[in-house]
Amino acid sequence: MSRRRMHLAAHFPGVNNTTVWADPESRSQIEFSSFEHLARTAERGLFDFFFLAEGLRLREHKGRIHDLDVVGRPESITVLSALAGVTEHLGLAATVNTTFNEPFELARRFATLDHLSGGRAAWNVVTSSDAFTGENFRRGGFLDRADRYTRAAEFLEAARELWGSWTPDGVTRPFAHRGRHFDIAGEFTVPRPPQGNPVVIQAGDSDEGREFAASAADVVFARHSSLEEGRAFYADVKRRLAKYGRMPGDLKIMPGIGVVLGDTAAEAQEKAAEIRRQQTSPQTALLTLEQIWGVDLSSYDPDGPLPDIDPVVDPALTQGRTRRGDTVAIAEKWAALSREKGLSIRQTVIEAGGRQLLIGTPDAVATELDEFVQREAADGFVLVPHLTPGGLDEFVDDVVPRLQERGAFRTAYRGTTLRSHLGLPDPVRKG
Amino acid sequence: MLHLSAAVDQPSAYDAASYLTLVRLAERGGLDFVTLEDSFARPGPDALAVLARLAPATSRIGLVPTVTTTHTEPFHVQAAVATLDWVSRGRAGWRIDVSSTEGEARLFGRRQAAPPDALWQEAGEAADVAAMLWDSWEDDAEIRDVPTGRFIDRDKLHHVDFRGTSFSVKGPSIVPRPPQGHPVRVVDATDGAARGTAARYADVALVRAASAPQAAAVREQLRSMAADFGRHPDQLRVLAGLLVDLGDGEHAAEPGHGGGGPRQTPQGPLYRGGPVDLAELIATWHGEGIVDGFHLTPVEPLRDLERLVNGTVALLQHRGLFRTFYPGSSLREHLGLARPANQYATTGVRHEP
Repeated sequence: MSRRRMHLAAHFPGVNNTTVWADPESRSQIEFSSFEHLARTAERGLFDFFFLAEGLRLREHKGRIHDLDVVGRPESITVLSALAGVTEHLGLAATVNTTFNEPFELARRFATLDHLSGGRAAWNVVTSSDAFTGENFRRGGFLDRADRYTRAAEFLEAARELWGSWTPDGVTRPFAHRGRHFDIAGEFTVPRPPQGNPVVIQAGDSDEGREFAASAADVVFARHSSLEEGRAFYADVKRRLAKYGRMPGDLKIMPGIGVVLGDTAAEAQEKAAEIRRQQTSPQTALLTLEQIWGVDLSSYDPDGPLPDIDPVVDPALTQGRTRRGDTVAIAEKWAALSREKGLSIRQTVIEAGGRQLLIGTPDAVATELDEFVQREAADGFVLVPHLTPGGLDEFVDDVVPRLQERGAFRTAYRGTTLRSHLGLPDPVRKG
Repeated sequence: MLHLSAAVDQPSAYDAASYLTLVRLAERGGLDFVTLEDSFARPGPDALAVLARLAPATSRIGLVPTVTTTHTEPFHVQAAVATLDWVSRGRAGWRIDVSSTEGEARLFGRRQAAPPDALWQEAGEAADVAAMLWDSWEDDAEIRDVPTGRFIDRDKLHHVDFRGTSFSVKGPSIVPRPPQGHPVRVVDATDGAARGTAARYADVALVRAASAPQAAAVREQLRSMAADFGRHPDQLRVLAGLLVDLGDGEHAAEPGHGGGGPRQTPQGPLYRGGPVDLAELIATWHGEGIVDGFHLTPVEPLRDLERLVNGTVALLQHRGLFRTFYPGSSLREHLGLARPANQYATTGVRHEP
């Protein structure tokens, strides 16, 4: 049996403290040249797609705009439309919320991107329900948490009806969709997209999220980091596909991952330690701790010991950020870690709070990535660089060739559409 | 200064290549900007995306898509327009329009069709909140101050707290202030319902008029209304909108079209004749101060745009009436409009281009 080949995607550095801005190599987070550099690098590395996250409200902490992290970003579909002009094969993925958009307009925007790029568009479907974000939109924050996925699922179903509404020879046909969330009818304005349906990505890890992915997505942007967690997640999500009449290969599982490379293992570890220090400034360390403890800790010394007060649950302290889960349990874990190793606040946050990184020589990293894929913990990876715009350069120069030598990654693009890169079947055409 | 612009609309075109041919042609002629219409009511791609796709393949010409305000989110619209300004490095405009039909309302299923006056009032609010959101980041908000660990100076980011008649927006924008400060806002002011919004918020007003006196009258009215809104009238460029059919050789073939001036048709005022007589008409109307320039819609897109650029524009350039190269790089510079001061600026420092 031939070796399983992996898929690779590149995430534009995020609006959070993973992205290092204090480094002398760090450039603009907003200028088109940064996007162009990363996209061209990803295409040079024969990546499947380039991925943009979404922001709809700037984060706030203690009632003020969060000022410690990189912030500000362009609107995704517009940037990807421009990138379609400077790339030829690379898939172009935008994260867009289903709560604060409407199917007709968004389906039209993705259909247009798919036409302009010759079949390279992808949509990372996300949901939101918080009133904080809703304050920027007509609808406000209205959606029950439980309704998020039902609206997302119906939204996607409506979008696919619109994408398929023209006849194959380019004649418009009326559509009508009537459901719990949408009651719409008329004619779509764009012919069937080159991919039939743009690729759909899903990123939620909850049970509902997994079910939604199994029923409707082409790619899962996963977050698990260990091989064993990965294998369990992979098996669970793939098992759910049969219920929807889908084959295991119809849904690709791609965890997000940060990579740090060095000529030796020791050098890579040193670089990783330095990156973690950059990601966790003294101010960021205190703020992270406040998010866990739920109280103002600004009088504490980041190089001193952890507070010996009990955490409180205050969901309003930080707004616009993914919840950290059970903060009380996390606080206990962190306090124990600090006691055990004698770590300061900043050291504790660095040790416990950082995103998992894959650290090593290019050979070691290539081997480990390949192992994840061969052992069915992933179908590929979404690389999350920590530097704009050069954060992908080393990986493409040093790791991609080693993956190719192992037969673990393509040596040329075979098709022109993102669906063809991902080996996804053409969508079944209804009617 | 004479300002010239052209529409690059084409029927049934969804690929980038055919639009690129037209926009490059217009750029070769040194035009201020191109427009691309957009409507949910008839077939066609998302115009802003098409022009974003062309931004890296062009370098000077202004890019002005229509983006409607009736069924869209003002927050998303301003972000998309600001982003077009970023990807084009300061060449974005926004032609504001409304969706007035019941058919368009059914595509969204959120609200009923409304009368034009109400729609244009809402469009004005969308234009207003867009400028507030563009200003919600001061130009120097990004500081990257390592000693204090701060990426931004949050005192230079502002909630806009906008409350309109049909929507409210908290802000700030997610997009930092675009290169032009405010991308250029364009309104077709031909219909009375749009005129107030044009006079109050537009940088460029389009007036479809078949005769010089008619165009002059609307321009005067717009300038006077702009003054009533506290604006300097010279902040508003008024361009005459004409359909142009240049298929009939060098000179006007039919009296009443070219040499005799445009003729009113169901599709709008139409100039039919040769490129030379069109140059004469443009030179005359502009020379007499009737309008600040023209927005020309080719009837046959490629043919008429070629004749417009190679014939009419070349002649105007030869006579020293139109630029032969772009001295500036932003659309505001082409239009001779200053980069606006930030309405929230706390520093008192103005950031001129």
